[in-house]
Amino acid sequence: MDIFLQQLINGLVLGSVYALVALGYTMVYGILELINFAHGEITMMGAMVALAVIGALALAAPGLPGVLVLGAGLAVAIPVCVALGLLIERVAYRPLRHAPRLAPLITAIGVSIILQNIAMLIWGKQYIPFPAILPQARHTVYGASITNVQIAILLLATGIMLTLILVVRKTRLGRAMRATAQSRQVASLMGVDVNRVIAATFAIGSALAAVAGVMVSAYYGLAHYYMGFLLGLKAFSAAVLGGIGNLAGAMLGGLLLGLIESFGAGYIGDLTGGFLGSNYQDVFAFFVLITVLVFRPSGLLGVRGGERA
Amino acid sequence: MAAALLTAACGDKAQQKDGDQVVLIGQASPLTGPQAHLGKDNENGARMALDEINAAGLTLGGRKVVLEMRSEDDAADPKTATTVAQKLVDEGVVGVIGHLNSGATIPASRIYSSNGIPQISPSATAVAYTAAGYKTAFRVMTNDAQQGSVLGNYAVTRLGAKKIAIIDDRTAYGQGLADEVEKAVKAAGGDVVAREYTSDRSTDFMAILTSIKGKSPDLVFFGGMDPQAAPMIKQMKQLGMKAKFLGGDGAQTPTFIELAGASAEGALASNPGLPLDAMPGGTAFKARFEAKYGTIQNYAPYAYDAMHVLIAAMKRADSSDPAKYLAELPKTDYQGVTGHIRFDAKGDLTGGAVTLYQVKGGTWQPLETVQSGQ
Repeated sequence: MDIFLQQLINGLVLGSVYALVALGYTMVYGILELINFAHGEITMMGAMVALAVIGALALAAPGLPGVLVLGAGLAVAIPVCVALGLLIERVAYRPLRHAPRLAPLITAIGVSIILQNIAMLIWGKQYIPFPAILPQARHTVYGASITNVQIAILLLATGIMLTLILVVRKTRLGRAMRATAQSRQVASLMGVDVNRVIAATFAIGSALAAVAGVMVSAYYGLAHYYMGFLLGLKAFSAAVLGGIGNLAGAMLGGLLLGLIESFGAGYIGDLTGGFLGSNYQDVFAFFVLITVLVFRPSGLLGVRGGERA
Repeated sequence: MAAALLTAACGDKAQQKDGDQVVLIGQASPLTGPQAHLGKDNENGARMALDEINAAGLTLGGRKVVLEMRSEDDAADPKTATTVAQKLVDEGVVGVIGHLNSGATIPASRIYSSNGIPQISPSATAVAYTAAGYKTAFRVMTNDAQQGSVLGNYAVTRLGAKKIAIIDDRTAYGQGLADEVEKAVKAAGGDVVAREYTSDRSTDFMAILTSIKGKSPDLVFFGGMDPQAAPMIKQMKQLGMKAKFLGGDGAQTPTFIELAGASAEGALASNPGLPLDAMPGGTAFKARFEAKYGTIQNYAPYAYDAMHVLIAAMKRADSSDPAKYLAELPKTDYQGVTGHIRFDAKGDLTGGAVTLYQVKGGTWQPLETVQSGQ
């Protein structure tokens, strides 16, 4: 039972990080039908920038409390990632908005490689340690362990996702986003500044990516110029699993993928009597993904013409 | 026929210098790129031995011989390694000290073998290097199988671990080491309670560690590199696991401590060979080497010994002809800086040493050195 609960906690923490990154993929897809492959790298940039700030602060003011230092890192990483997201949209996607759909896909991959190399030039190829600025308090709940960082990730991710749903459902910007998602032409005829809405979408997605990047590096204690690739791939799969273009779908898909990986890796060996080991955890996760897509090609919550933003 | 041609070719290349015969020895290691400091270190170690032998004077077959080194850059790259190996063979070297990395040493060994040129690697640890069965391939470094068997045995007999969980990163190195550890644990009467897997890209081990925790092992062994080992030990602490952590040489790095921070404290890991201070001739070697070339990076003493072993075989054969002195190499019984060097039938170092280290006070401290096969 305690192991089951522990795997549940592991899966939820991993899943909420996937969900935050998946939201960035799904929002852009909802509006532009573009898979922004550079999104994973924006997550990485968020982690790297925050680490640079934290490192500089640790030198300049060693006495500051850890939460404050982390907050400062986030406060710099978010605007940098937002600016980066806006720049990428302006330079790599907007000029190609009426080009065949393959063209922006290629520029997306190009941007992703450029960002990786820029990060490698600035911060080098080695793994960068995340300084231990947060108190590592561990709590035991019914035999399962949960740390402060894990609790913070769960709370922060839940808060951000609820806020995002409110923004999309209740605000003017949200309405404009939903309208643009349904039809760009009609929305612009109704007086919606489509370019502004698209830019706002990229900005929100990039801010979420920055938060996710800082979370991941604080949780695992390291950052690396290549870390965005695998995370981006997993988050993209989560978005597809939930129904790409659908906000709630991205959250559900992220959490599900986290849980599947966690329970898959944890139980697959015991369930198959040692025939399949934890080396099959990714196979298992993608097997579930394929099965879902065979029966529901548009994902778990993906309905054409439904709520997209 | 091939051997005859080869001998003729070597005869042509061996120039006369003031009536002395010049014999070429090859050296190959990465002299550019991220491992250049290690490659240069090997080169310096080999050169120091060569200079000493020349200074002492060498006579083979009744003629005075002067040794010259041809050093090549393999860039730690398997493809470049084969090019460089061919170049050395074409230049007419009669023996090679190298290469540094297993990945470069293995493809190059085929070229040396087909040309009958003896090769001694100072630092390649992969089992595959000598497993190919080439008569020309030797090493003066403990291999991964020897390291794995020492680790597994040490965990059970010295650390007193009864229940052991093993994780590897599914790379040739990590898996190979973990397999050897598993065998040795079972042989020593230990119980392998879990065998889990990850990749060399992962940073999340919570799921497999949770599953392992349920089997309450005394010790977790990880076969892999420091970017995985560091977050792994952190997550063990997060899960409140009391089990000891043991790794191989991939984890025994300063980076491991840097990445794992306070969680690294108490971690155990091994490295093949001896710490320099513990080598029979370590202190004296260090003084002589550093006066000439600066700080020892890692494998210089091994390259130094490899060169001496090679030339000693020539002396016994009284010839620098590879076809003649190759037969003497397996009979090597040499007391070097790094220890007593003898080869087994495959060309591996017999009784290679493995040193165990533990993180104490934020640095790796040597615990003890174990001879493999004991």
